[in-house]
This record gives sequence, C-alpha cells and structure tokens, in this order.
Amino acid sequence: MTLPASETGAAELWEKLAARIAAGDRFAGLFAALRSPHSGDAAAGAALVLSAHVAAGAGIDTMQVALPPGAAGYPALTPLVGAAFWYERVIHDQFGVVPRGHPRLAPLVLHGSAEDHALPRHVAGYGMFTIPHGPVRSGVMESIEYLVETPGEAIPHLNMRVFYKHRGIEKRFEGMSAADGVLLAERAEGIASVAHALAYCHAIERIAGCSPPELAGLVRVLHAELERIANHVDVAAKLADAAGLAVAAARFAVHKERVLRLVSGLCGSRFGRGVVVPGGVSARPRMSPGALLTELGRLEKAVMADADSLMATSSFLDRLRTTGPLTPARAREHGALGPIGRASGFSADARTERPYDAYPSLGLLPVRAHETGDALARLAVRWDEVVQSFDLLRRVARELAGTAAGELAGTDGGGATAAACEPAAGRAAGWAEAPQGEVLYDVTLEDGRISRCHPRSASFHNLVLMHDVFAGDILTDFPFIEASFGLSVAGVAL
Amino acid sequence: MSLWALRGLRNGVVTTKWPKRPDGYADGWRGPAVVQNQDVAEPVGLGELCPTGAISAGAGASTRAVRLDQGRCILCGRCAEARPDVFAWSAGATGSDAAALTREGLVLPHLPEDDEAIGAARARLRERTAALRRSVHVRHVDGGSDGSEEWEVQALLGPVYDIHRLGVFFTASPRHADVLLVTGAGSAGMAGPLRATYEAMPDPRVVIAAGADAVSGGLLSAGLNSAGPNSAGPDSAGPDSAGPDGGSATVMGGVSGIVPVDVWVPGSPPSPFGILNALLIAVGRLADDWKGAR
Repeated sequence: MTLPASETGAAELWEKLAARIAAGDRFAGLFAALRSPHSGDAAAGAALVLSAHVAAGAGIDTMQVALPPGAAGYPALTPLVGAAFWYERVIHDQFGVVPRGHPRLAPLVLHGSAEDHALPRHVAGYGMFTIPHGPVRSGVMESIEYLVETPGEAIPHLNMRVFYKHRGIEKRFEGMSAADGVLLAERAEGIASVAHALAYCHAIERIAGCSPPELAGLVRVLHAELERIANHVDVAAKLADAAGLAVAAARFAVHKERVLRLVSGLCGSRFGRGVVVPGGVSARPRMSPGALLTELGRLEKAVMADADSLMATSSFLDRLRTTGPLTPARAREHGALGPIGRASGFSADARTERPYDAYPSLGLLPVRAHETGDALARLAVRWDEVVQSFDLLRRVARELAGTAAGELAGTDGGGATAAACEPAAGRAAGWAEAPQGEVLYDVTLEDGRISRCHPRSASFHNLVLMHDVFAGDILTDFPFIEASFGLSVAGVAL
Repeated sequence: MSLWALRGLRNGVVTTKWPKRPDGYADGWRGPAVVQNQDVAEPVGLGELCPTGAISAGAGASTRAVRLDQGRCILCGRCAEARPDVFAWSAGATGSDAAALTREGLVLPHLPEDDEAIGAARARLRERTAALRRSVHVRHVDGGSDGSEEWEVQALLGPVYDIHRLGVFFTASPRHADVLLVTGAGSAGMAGPLRATYEAMPDPRVVIAAGADAVSGGLLSAGLNSAGPNSAGPDSAGPDSAGPDGGSATVMGGVSGIVPVDVWVPGSPPSPFGILNALLIAVGRLADDWKGAR
C-alpha cells in the first residue's frame, strides 16, 4: 500500500475523518509508528505513519497518512476531532513530533521537565488553591495524581497526571512472538485481562485468517462475562464504601471474591489469565457445566438481592443522583465507551455492533440506554449489564453441557480447544468489550514477530472525560465520580 | 430503606481461619512453577520454554543443573505443560515456601550458600520487627502495577481475609507505617514517590515486594527466551524505532533498585493468601512454621 507522504495529506485526511465522525461514525483511536526504511525509500529514512481508527457499522476502518521523513510536526487533529486530545499528546511524548494547533501539548505518559510539573492554575480568583492528590493516595489504589483546583468546596477545574505508571507496554511488545504477545496483553490492564487477551488474539487471528472452534468461543464468552461481573461488583463495593455503607461494601467484596474464586476454579487463575490463546483457548473449563450452573445461580441470587437493596437505599442514591453528569452531547462527541457512554445515551458495544466469538449465536441485545449520565445512571447500566451477563453465562453453561466436550470437561481427550494459528506477516485491528468499554488492538507482524502493537484500553479513551463531569460537584463527590467511572490507571498509562 | 445491618448477618461468618487452621482455598492455589527433577539427561531447550527467562538449564557447573527463578515466573504454565517430567505447579500460596527473605531464595533449588544467607536475613529481620509483631500498620504503594495486584491487596480488607483480625491495618500516612507493601515493576515515574514514601517511614521498617513484577519486573523487564535468571537483562528486542518511548528502559527490573526489599513474594499477581502470608512472615508471626527451606 502506497501512502501519500506529505503534510497536506494529514490535513486532507483529518477533513475526511471529521466529516465521517460528523456523519455518525465513531473516532476509535490515533496511533503513530515509524515505518522502517527498508519497506520504502531507504535513503530518505524512516517515515512516521499516523493511523486513525474509525468505528463504522460492522468494522473498524483504518485511515493512515505518512509524514515526510524528518518532519517536525503536522497539523493537529484535535481542533477538528476533540477525542484525539490525549492521543496526540501520547504521540508527541513518544516521537517528539508536534501536532500544530493542539490546545495543550503537555506530557501525558512521560515525565516532562520540572516546569511542566509546577502546579497548574487554570482558574484564577480570590481564595483559589490547588489540592495535589496523589500519586501515592490514601487507601489501596493505583498511582495517579489529581490536581483539584478549588475555592474550598466546588471543583471548577480538575487536572490529571497519569504518567507515573507508564510501563512502556507498546515498546515491550516489539519483537515478541504472536504466542508470547498474549501474555503481555493480559498484563496491560490487569483487571480486564480477558478482554485485552481477546482483542489481541482477534487481531492475530484476523492476520492468520483462522477462526477459533465453537467450544473456544463459548469458553471465551464465559471468562469475559465473569470478568465483567467482577468489575461491576467491584464498582458497587467502592461506591458503597464512598457512601459509608460498610455492610454493603463488605457484602459486595464477598461477592467479588466469590466471582474470582469461580474464575480460578474454572481455569486456575483468578483473573482468567492463560485461558485465551491465539486460535482459541488453552483448555476446557475444569468445572462441569452442571456445577457451573449451580454456582452461577447462587451467585446471581446473592449479587442481585444486594443490588436491589442498594438501589433502594435512599441515603446512597442521594449521593449518586445528579453527581458527575456527563451530557449526552459530550458523550456522543467524544465517543464515550462502555457503561459511561451507555449512561449518557451513547451506546457503543463491540459485542453487539461487531460481534465476535460466541456472541452472535448467543443472541445478545443491547442494554437499555440511560440519558441522565450521572453516577446513578452509570451504576444502573452496570446492574443491567450484570443481569445480562448472568443470562449469557447460563446460556453458555447450557451450550457447554450440550456439546460432547462438556461431558469430557476436565479431561484431555475430545474436541479441539484451539485452531492452528500461525500468522506470518500483516496488520489487523482486533477488539473486545471489556467491563470498561471497547478495547482496541492494532497489531503489525513481520516474520511471525510483532513489529508494532498499539493497545488502546477503554480506560485511556474515557478517563479524559473526568475533566467534564464536575458540574457543581464538590470535593466529597469526588470518590463517587471516580468510582462510578470504574477505570484502571494501568490501562491509561500503558 | 433496607436494613443493611440485618443483611450483614445473613451469611454467618465467611472469614478464613488461616493461619490458625488450614484453608482449602489457600492450599489448593496454583503457585509459581517448581523444578521437580533437576537431574535431566538432556537439559537442552529448557531455558527457551520460559517467556521471562526464569529457567536456567545446565549453565552452572554445579550439581544442580536445572534451576527456576520463581521471582520471574508469571504462572503461564508453559514449562509444566511442555516438560511435566521436569517442572510442576507448586501448590499453596501460604507457608514458609511461598515468600523468600532474599532474592536468591526464590531461585529453586537452593544452593548451600543461599540457605546461609536466608538464615542470616531471617535473624536480622526478627531483631528489627520484634517490637511490632502484634500490631502492624501497612502502607501500600503502587509502583507501576497492572492493576490486578491492587485488587488482591484490597481483598485483604474484605470480610473473607479480614486482616484486622490479625492486628494488621492499612494506613494512609507513611509516618504511621511499619511495613511498605509495594506492587508493580518500578516505573520511572513512581521511583521518586516510592522512595519518598519509604523515607517518610520511621524505623524499624520492612519492605515487601509483592508479585513477580515487583520482584524482578516480570514479563516487562525480562529478555524473551534469554538464558536464565542471572543473564536476563533489560530487553532491547525489536527495531529501535519508538524514539524516546524507551519501553523497557522505562521499567526497572523490580522495585529493589528503589527501596531495600526484605520479603519477596512471587506470583502474577500474588494471591491474597500469598500477600497475607508475606505480611505475617515480615513481622515474624509465622516464625514457628519456619522449618528448614527458607
């Protein structure tokens, strides 16, 4: 594929991209990679290729443009497509190339200079001060720094520094074999291990042109949905804790532990690691479908009984109602993913729009959309998803029982769990719906090894929306808003 | 309005009795790999089985030819699957075998000089922690984890593990902390805050590195298919094409380069029982169980 190597190319492409997004497509990511000289003009040096991903209907389109070798900058996409705000800052961090016209080109995933990290003051006025909160925060939390600008109670501006946890995951992928890459994908965002492994493997399978066996599709859905339940219950526990409901927080913590123990009973890992491999899954569940159904039934009863009580506790609901509202217009403009988008009337669900594995045959319907966009709506969406997940899981368990493989669960004989998958070279995008929203992987292979892999978590795409949800909310609302987002910092600062 | 206090009584006591009584889940846990047979006639290719370079085979001329570094093991299970005659899963996240008091203590099987060093480290740690044995305050710091480690540490505060029953408490202020519990590989951004937290703690202080990432950097720092635990350095695989995004240069090989680590816990992530076990080992509460090994 030949690419136009010019800056005007970038400007033209952005125009086209903006037009598509205005027409209803969703901006899904912007990545940069150096195209090695040997594939083009060796004398000219490596060219930086910008790849924009657009979710349209049943697929993800990749639009790309090559900057001239040695280019110091290009016209920024952010003024046209606001959702590119953090993506272009990452590209600037990684390659030093300047998106001209970008509104705030501060370091995002890398340390900047000392001046960059002086306390920023975006709001001026009598009595205004900044509370630096983090990166070492009270309680057991991931490292992130919030700079809260406040006159005492209201939060007119919030700034976030996410670079503390940057681990160089993208770079680490390079040179790995396709089979080893899945181990790293599982560790990109640990609380969504299965979704990251799925998105990665879908990209690899697309390059290899193989498709996993039916049994593998079922096992993948099984683990993906259990991961969703664990995450949503964790959010409920954190919200209850923020409201001081000690018993509710403790009970949801017990339910979460039961889910993790069920996962470890199925595969040996509490986070479903090692299950998903390119081409399928590594093994059948170690639990019989009958035992799985019984445990699912007990678990659903316990979780939903407490969920119903929580949603009838008025002192709790008062704290969530109208807290941290994300307007439907902002959600649509940004393409907000997962429960955050669905709570604001924007439904982007990879499982229904671009279904994969066993989802098409299981007949998944989109969850009910909410419009209010506050913390309460986000929790309500999560409960809807939990109900749906339990329903899916029961159907998966019955399907597993129906297959011959179900009878052989726990043994090594019987039907295949993985198709042969030996990709050589190529590039493809893969996606999966994590509990936080769509995870997107853009993988390039050369000679069976990864030459470039961009993971894009829903946490990265969504966290920037925290800037926009403090409409009249005060300091004591902060833990509710953070918990209701339900994101992982590890997935942000890859 | 629902009566949460009454709901709380519904399930009776869900808390584990461990360490007073054994716990089926703790002991049925799938731990890091172990070498069950080091006298392998053909040790060729064993090192390549491990994606983090935890296995060294026949490199040292000592009597023990095959060694495995649990501090690098990410529990992928490839070695046990490919060579069940040599490798196996270890069982149990608790007991004296589930955490080590020296880095070398995680490399199995031990050499005689390792055992001596472990004995000396244990004596030193015992002396330091004598005063805080029954009431321990822990400060957790995420030094660049993947997020799953935090879930497992948070689980300790829930009713199932309930560390408060053991006199262990998490504290927000490092000034009140006796133990620094570190997760994550030690990202460049967290080196300063982590060091500052350690320095803000009063003596005596104990540092626990929880998880393969914190111990060695795990998959993040290890050279793919490198020769073994002693030779694996920061990986520079792939074309150097990412400019200042120096990947593995961003991540150090674990947190021991930033703070002095006393207790090393394997696992990716370490299970709640594994972390609880390490906390008790750190303050000498499992001293009576220490027989031999480490």
